[in-house]
Amino acid sequence: MPSLGSDMDEGTLNEWLVKPGDNVTRGQIVAVVETTKAAVEIECWQEGTVGELLVPVGETVQVGTALAALLAPGERTEKRRRVAARSRSSTSAATEPVAAPSSAPAAAVTPRGAPGRRRWVSPAARRLAQSLHVDIDAVSGTGPQGSVIISDVEHAAAILEHVAAAEKPTTKPKSKPTAAERAVQMRKSIAAAMSRSKREIPHYYLTDEIVLENALAWLTTRNAQRSIDERVLPAVLLLKAVGIAAQRFAEFNGFWRDDGFQPTTGVHVGVGISLRGGGLVAPAIHDVPDKKLDELMDDLTDLVARARSFSLRSSEMSDPTITVTNLGDQGVDAVFGVIYPPQVAIVGFGRPAQRVCIIDGGIRIVTIVQATLAADHRASDGHRGALFLAAINELLQQPDLLEK
Amino acid sequence: MKTTYRTAVHDALRDALRDDARVVLMGEDVGRYGGTYAASKGLLEEFGPERVRDTPLSELGFVGIGIGAALNGLRPIVEVMTVNFSLLALDQIVNTAAALRHMSGGQFSVPLVVRMATGAGRQLAAQHSHSLEPWYAHIPGIKVVAPATVEDAYGMLGPALADPDPVVIFEHVQLYNTSTDIEALGPTDISRAAVRRGGNDVTVVAYGGSLWKALDAANELLLAGIDCEVIDLRVLRPLDDDTILESVRKTHRLVVIDEAWRSGSLAAEVTARVVEGAFYDLDAPVARVCSAEVPMPYAKHLEQAALPQVPKIVAAVQNLFGDRQ
Repeated sequence: MPSLGSDMDEGTLNEWLVKPGDNVTRGQIVAVVETTKAAVEIECWQEGTVGELLVPVGETVQVGTALAALLAPGERTEKRRRVAARSRSSTSAATEPVAAPSSAPAAAVTPRGAPGRRRWVSPAARRLAQSLHVDIDAVSGTGPQGSVIISDVEHAAAILEHVAAAEKPTTKPKSKPTAAERAVQMRKSIAAAMSRSKREIPHYYLTDEIVLENALAWLTTRNAQRSIDERVLPAVLLLKAVGIAAQRFAEFNGFWRDDGFQPTTGVHVGVGISLRGGGLVAPAIHDVPDKKLDELMDDLTDLVARARSFSLRSSEMSDPTITVTNLGDQGVDAVFGVIYPPQVAIVGFGRPAQRVCIIDGGIRIVTIVQATLAADHRASDGHRGALFLAAINELLQQPDLLEK
Repeated sequence: MKTTYRTAVHDALRDALRDDARVVLMGEDVGRYGGTYAASKGLLEEFGPERVRDTPLSELGFVGIGIGAALNGLRPIVEVMTVNFSLLALDQIVNTAAALRHMSGGQFSVPLVVRMATGAGRQLAAQHSHSLEPWYAHIPGIKVVAPATVEDAYGMLGPALADPDPVVIFEHVQLYNTSTDIEALGPTDISRAAVRRGGNDVTVVAYGGSLWKALDAANELLLAGIDCEVIDLRVLRPLDDDTILESVRKTHRLVVIDEAWRSGSLAAEVTARVVEGAFYDLDAPVARVCSAEVPMPYAKHLEQAALPQVPKIVAAVQNLFGDRQ
């Protein structure tokens, strides 16, 4: 179960899109997982053959739990016991790809130590297995020296219960959450992430007034030559400008983890999307600086549509390296964002508005937008933040640079 | 107010001498010198040579005198400088004091209290540093206690004197300078072990000088997400099985800390009782942390390396948690 955001502790397996024996390729969508925010399509990042599905549909498991065993190309399918090893969620395991290579759980089934010795089962686990009617030979051990311990039996019993429930025709597996349930869950996870952000991240805030005359004029000319569905919205220009600036100012693009800043190479801009019925998500558009404006426009349209129909992909949920929030439609002048941990910056845009300005010694009426930066003072300082905002401003004065 | 373990032992002796005219204190250097560990400073001046008596260097002799005095109606407290020296009095304690009630069909009892220092850590080498209390805990007919706290250092002496049979008290040498904030000292029982720290994941049993190492280890382990229950044995004979078994039935894991050598130790006895009484509740093998099986070295680094230490306890506990770590 991959972590699809810092606020995710567990997920419910909604649907398997592969079955044992299927070949999978890198990037293939293999399952759908229900999180508090959306039904997310889970991508697999290894090639191979599906060996065994370890988590049945409908079960809710911790982040870090193995969902399926994957056989490396050429590896033979071996008869494996049904109850699989689970890896307890830890921060490092949380970001592991969805399917563990089969060798890892298989090793957990075979007890370490002298070959051919009796399986090690703790006395307490053996007694518990008897009372819960769990076949102890089918339980893999996570205790000392690979022994089967109480918690292994409890885990196995829980899976048996799920399987039994799923097999009963009268009881349906856990149904999809209703909109109201989802709204409650989403409120909870937003509360958790934002509380953590304000508790842990020392935010600082900067604003810059950006004159949009050049950008809008350039865009109007560009759009005039195209049909309506090929036109690009100003929001895409803003996204691209932020993406390119973030590439130049590495300390705003990445994650604060384990008491240190980890810059990332790609710039994946999370786009704040408010959902009908309340709540929001901020899935990523990948590699923003490398994409042409038309591609970005397509990506944005697609992303908004899928976010609102609750079908995002795992990489979109977990990858954003910086976030852009745009509340211009709601008519506010400026937005001071709350950073989504473990990211270190969020850029906000307010409503583009006409203002009287003094430009080149003359009085003019121009369209401006308030750009804001909320950044993590652990990772960057105000001086660099100011330069970062200035870079966004400068890019928007030369829209040709944004086309690429 | 901070009270040291040494003061608590001293005050217990003084109060016992004051409250009961039958109480006498004797041993090597307990009078004029004030006790090897200064536990009886000033008592000779306060109570006189009839009640506080320096004895010749003969453990066999003065422990025997204590037994005779007890048989004849006194309540003697005999101090033996260290447990190593007490071997010279083993015949008196094991063959006489422990056996008389049983050999006389209940006609004689020996209400004797023997105090002695035990344990290592002061670079006193192999003739002054051993933890031989498991040998005494082997003997029926005597009670063996090991106060680890300031409260018990004071509180155990009264009940020990009130006991109609011999009681041997082991004071770990490293504890005399420890201190605790205490309002008032009073008698404590000499029948039960004490849970010094509640926890759910593993039972850590210790006594005497090792208790504090166990508690330090428990604090460290909490950071690793392991919640230890720490039990202070307090009474080494008869062992309080109920407290230990109840705890292991809850935590399913046991680590025993014992400064004595592992072979034939109290750690071995506690382990055996848990396996006998709570086998089906165990979720991991029992682990022990004991001293290296060598006569205690003099060199400081070797002595420290030979003793149970906090990192060894932490490692032993973590080892019981398999993949969770």
